[in-house]
Amino acid sequence: MKLQGHAVKYGDNISTDLIIAGKHTKTLNVRDLADHAMEDLDPAFGRRISGGGILAAGSYFGCGSSREQAPVALKEAGVLFIAAKTFSRIFYRNAVNIGLPVVECDTDAISDDDILEYDVGAEVLRNITQKKELAVTPLPEIMVEILKEGGVVPYIRKYGGF
Amino acid sequence: MSGRTIAEKILQNHSVKKGEPVKAGDILFCTVDFLMSHDATAPMAIKAFENMGGTKIFDPSKMVLILDHATPAPYERIANLQSMMRSFAKEQNIKFIEGGEGVCHQIVVEQGFLKPGELVLGTDSHTCTYGALGVFATGVGSTDMAAAMYTGKSWFKVPETIKVTLKGSLRRGCSAKDVILKTAGVIGADGANYRSIEFYGEWIDSASLSDRLTLANMVVEMGAKCGFPCSPDLGVCADDDAQYLMNVEIDLDALSPMVARPHAVDDVCSVSEVNDVVIHQAFLGSCTNGRIEDLREAAKILKGKKIADGVRLIIAPASRQVMLKAMEEGVLQSLIEAGGAVFTPGCGVCVGTHGGVPADGEVVLSSSNRNFKGRMGNNKALIYLASPATIAASVLKGRITDPRELEEYR
Repeated sequence: MKLQGHAVKYGDNISTDLIIAGKHTKTLNVRDLADHAMEDLDPAFGRRISGGGILAAGSYFGCGSSREQAPVALKEAGVLFIAAKTFSRIFYRNAVNIGLPVVECDTDAISDDDILEYDVGAEVLRNITQKKELAVTPLPEIMVEILKEGGVVPYIRKYGGF
Repeated sequence: MSGRTIAEKILQNHSVKKGEPVKAGDILFCTVDFLMSHDATAPMAIKAFENMGGTKIFDPSKMVLILDHATPAPYERIANLQSMMRSFAKEQNIKFIEGGEGVCHQIVVEQGFLKPGELVLGTDSHTCTYGALGVFATGVGSTDMAAAMYTGKSWFKVPETIKVTLKGSLRRGCSAKDVILKTAGVIGADGANYRSIEFYGEWIDSASLSDRLTLANMVVEMGAKCGFPCSPDLGVCADDDAQYLMNVEIDLDALSPMVARPHAVDDVCSVSEVNDVVIHQAFLGSCTNGRIEDLREAAKILKGKKIADGVRLIIAPASRQVMLKAMEEGVLQSLIEAGGAVFTPGCGVCVGTHGGVPADGEVVLSSSNRNFKGRMGNNKALIYLASPATIAASVLKGRITDPRELEEYR
């Protein structure tokens, strides 16, 4: 599962309140969620990420609420995967659960519009623009398996449980 | 083999592979004892449950669905999602708590759903609150909840544990909220990410359940997966030779009332450092500080007085039970007479989903647990976090005020 796209870069400590505000989470229509993704941080997010964007951020991405609407909004907005120095625990797990890959690596080596390539479960992320390979913190085996199925829903449909 | 922390013990006891030693970092598949979900996250969990092929939940007696994030429903989309939850609960024979009963975590504690040593998941990051009951309880998203509803299991990475020793005793004017804000300042907003926290110290041993709930509630603000105020009566304990990732000591004798400044919970300082900050709104409530003890503390200061001009005080008791008690004791009367506006017990004000949204540029002083940008529904507002006593003192003066400035606290 090789993913390639352009980087859209943000900073540290981006909370789930910034990814999608609580007032916009009360819906099962994922398009509505996508329309509000990151709007408090960057009103141009939707345009910048479209066409196969990769969200790159600093430390502690996704801190705060357990709202799964946060990774869902990003995925629906077109984010192929998220690269960050570190992730908040619940966000990291939620993203994998809905089939949105998360990549922990040194994102200082990523700039806006760099072309990145990542193969789910691989040990490195390739920054094609800067001709660099960034070491990736390995995912637990169960998370790689879940991602390869496209999330927990298809995983459980296939295996009937954990 | 060395001893085990509380997190290691509880996860080992719930592992589907019996008898295998467990250490921090291991991945375990565990059976869960109880599940909680509310109106902000349950609809998505129900949808995922159905999409994965679920028809019956693994054990309906082990789940509760609660309406608390936007009740009574403010508009039709939310009303319909809540209606879907009612129908699902009825179909599945799951316990259902109607809107107006209060904040999910307060309800779970009041109703006595849990026992020490249990393993619990909730689709709310503050599920860690039940650590005060000796429960390994952690927040998950809707899909993890759906998988647990379907299979009765989930997978866990066994967390490392930080040991926090609280030395000495609290001075007048200080509370559990000041202790946990100070702790967040020391450990940092991501300092306990993926970790468990165990709190020790003489103060914990004599602290009320309400104070212990306040501590456990905010461990997630340091990123923690779970946390335990470890008094001898917790019902579960770590081994003497348990291995800790690090030790943190906090001197309670030297503690003064604290605030967290916008927009980070670990940007803390003494109230005295910000006592020129004018406030427009104050919020007394939430799973952190909406209990009867918190309302009493505020009423003690506000009884017979009026809040300052230009300040709005919003009060949301943590539950119907808390609200009734506050009425019986005259606490609510004191707060309302002082100028407070009472909102339905629930989460809406804290999380910006229902009621009490501040205007652009306004300063809010809140007894809740989060001050992220946009948290209360307006990304141009500034939120400070503080204790109920600091909130009460501040609404009287119209600026952030150390409760010890007031005569009755001297």
